[in-house]
Amino acid sequence: MTLDATDRAIIEALQGGLPLVPTPYAEAAQALDLPEEELIERLQDMKDTGVIRRIAAATNHYKLGMTANGMTVWDVADNRLDELGPQIGALPFVTHCYERPRALPEWPYNLFAMVHGASRDEVEEKRSQITAILGDALRGADILYSTRILKKTGLRLRKKG
Amino acid sequence: MSDLTQSDRDLINLLQEDMPLAHRPFAPLAAQLGISEDALIARIKQLKEDGFLTRFGPFFDVAPMGGAFCLCAMAVPAAEFETILTKVNAHPEVAHNYERTHHLNMWFVLATETPEGIADVAGKIEAETGIKVHCFPKLKEFFIGFKVAA
Repeated sequence: MTLDATDRAIIEALQGGLPLVPTPYAEAAQALDLPEEELIERLQDMKDTGVIRRIAAATNHYKLGMTANGMTVWDVADNRLDELGPQIGALPFVTHCYERPRALPEWPYNLFAMVHGASRDEVEEKRSQITAILGDALRGADILYSTRILKKTGLRLRKKG
Repeated sequence: MSDLTQSDRDLINLLQEDMPLAHRPFAPLAAQLGISEDALIARIKQLKEDGFLTRFGPFFDVAPMGGAFCLCAMAVPAAEFETILTKVNAHPEVAHNYERTHHLNMWFVLATETPEGIADVAGKIEAETGIKVHCFPKLKEFFIGFKVAA
C-alpha cells in the first residue's frame, strides 16, 4: 500500500492512541481537518492491507502480573524447523514465535519463542514443555529474562518535509 | 500482584480484541457489558492511568507500507549502560527496548520505513556507541498470539 501525505498525517496523529471519547474518529478527524467518513475510510483501507493489524488496547504485562517474561531461544536442526516451529507457536503460553538467523559463534539460536508467566518457576515449567517437543532436534537452548522496559512506544514515523 | 478485580481482568481481555471502525466504536462493547459508553470509557481511562494499559488505538505494521522491523541486540558494559541507553533510545526508529539477562543485555526493535533503513540505523548506533549491533530479522513467523491474558 502506498501512503499519501494524508495517510501519514493520520498515522502520526494516531500512533499515540485514539482520543478516549465516545466518538474518537470524529475528534481525530477534526484535528486532522478531514471529514470523519474519510478518516474511517482511510483507516479501513489500512486495515484491509495490513498496515493496521487491529484497533485495540496495548497492555503492560508487568502490571498484569506477568512479571517473568522469558525470551526462550533454541538451536534447532534446520531441517526440522518447519515441522517443529508451528508446534511451538501453537502453545497457549507462547506469544511470539519466529525463526531468526544465527549470529555464529556468539549466537547459535535460530528459534525464538516468548514465554509469559507470573513467576520464573512457571516460565521454566513451560520451557521444559518446549524442550520435550523439540526432542532430538534440539542442539542448544537459553532463556533471557527481561529485567527492565527501557523504551516502549507505538510506531514512530519520521516527519517528512 | 495487582488490585484488579475479575471484572477489570475480563475488560482488559475484551479490550485486546479488534474494535470496530465506526462513528461510535465503544457502543457495541458497552452494550455487551450492560454499561454506558461513558462508563466504559471512564474505566478504560482509569486502567490507562493506573498503568495496566499503555495505549488504546490502531496497531500499525510498517511492513505493508514497504518498511521493516528488526530485532537487534547489543552487549553493553554495565558501567556504560545508561549512557549507551540514552544514545540508542534517542533514535525514533527504536520502538521497544528491553534489558535482558544475557551477555547480549540490550534488546530492541527497530522500525524503519524501508528495509535498508534497518542497516542504516544499526550502523549509526554502532558508530555512536562503538558497540556491535546484532540484527536478528524474522525469517519466518510461526505464530503471534497478541493477547496477554489478564
